[in-house]
Amino acid sequence: MTLARTPSQTVGPYYAIGLTRAPRAPQNELADRSDPASLQLIGQLLDGQGAPVGDGMIEIWDGVGKRWGRSGTDSEGRFSFVVTKPEPRPGEAPRFDVLVFARGMLKHELTRVYFPDEEGANAADPVWSGLDEAARSTLVAEAEDGALRFDIRMQGDGRSIFFEH
Amino acid sequence: MAQLETESPIVLPDDPNGGPEVQLDYPGYRSTRWRVAQRPLVTLPEEFHRMDGPVFGQDAIGEFDNDLTRQHSGEPIGERIIVTGRVLDDDGKPIPNTLVEIWQANAGGRYRHEVDQHPAPLDPNFSGAGRCLTDDEGNYRFVTIKPGSYPWGNHENAWRPNHIHFSVFGREFTRRLVTQMYFPGDPLFEFDPIFHSVRNPKARELLIAKFDLGITQPEWALGYCWDIVLGRGGARTTPLET
Repeated sequence: MTLARTPSQTVGPYYAIGLTRAPRAPQNELADRSDPASLQLIGQLLDGQGAPVGDGMIEIWDGVGKRWGRSGTDSEGRFSFVVTKPEPRPGEAPRFDVLVFARGMLKHELTRVYFPDEEGANAADPVWSGLDEAARSTLVAEAEDGALRFDIRMQGDGRSIFFEH
Repeated sequence: MAQLETESPIVLPDDPNGGPEVQLDYPGYRSTRWRVAQRPLVTLPEEFHRMDGPVFGQDAIGEFDNDLTRQHSGEPIGERIIVTGRVLDDDGKPIPNTLVEIWQANAGGRYRHEVDQHPAPLDPNFSGAGRCLTDDEGNYRFVTIKPGSYPWGNHENAWRPNHIHFSVFGREFTRRLVTQMYFPGDPLFEFDPIFHSVRNPKARELLIAKFDLGITQPEWALGYCWDIVLGRGGARTTPLET
């Protein structure tokens, strides 16, 4: 038996009511801030005109460590997480899977964050290595003042790569 | 009034062959213009579509999180309703212990959110947020009040049909779903570009709850049933039976 799946609809501008305000514990801390290996993963969600998306939401998922996190974006389109680098699966590079939601997006998109200090592992990663240079560069976070910066561009120059899901 | 030729219509004609996918660049929903991601997407190897997603425990759920009428000292104004159904994989198997989160406007069509400036009253007894885990048979259940319609500025005299926002995880991160549940017989359906961004009319029906007298509690609350089916998108999309 195969059932028709329920279609997606946009998260809309008021998702914070149900998704980022209601939960009792902070959702954007995947690691303990006191852990010396912890660092901030920050970034900006930008639209096709380069304008910040102030009503977006980012979810990240470490499928090896089973760690999940969620951050809304602020008026500058900024999101932030506290993370430690995930363990890699055998033969793959360390990464987070990333979902992007926003008003104006009728369905969320799937992308990935790879790490800038993992050049060897990234080159051997079966997904990363199959992409062209421009695509790869959109998937690797940049080290910035002790944090990792990962901007997400929905359209235009330097647009992020998104995966079928 | 004649539609300007340079502007696309708010609602496009139905596409019965369109499958269950939403049309991501649906032009009638103006905000898609600068936010939709360009197609085609990069295809992932099959094994990445079978990865477990996050699992949430009962500790994520508060006592009144599934009853939006009991989260304050008094009762919210509005038509009390029960919304229940099952979360299923597209093979028909129920998905137990998965997180379902909802949010909605109050009975007057106002969200408790600073961006919402619709001049309808806030209800001091209504936050509009709920969450629960599905039970062993994949059932979720919320008690709430029926949300009102509200204007949203997408086009002249634009009003959203009554709806409740749903976020569902399921087993696999790649089957994550955020969507909206609508109510049967809403006169605003035919004018709403978000609802019509699903261009197959049979697929749109999957977004509409069914009124159910069996769920309705006498002298208390109307009952609605709405099942949620999680499946693979993209090339592997299952065609709708017509």
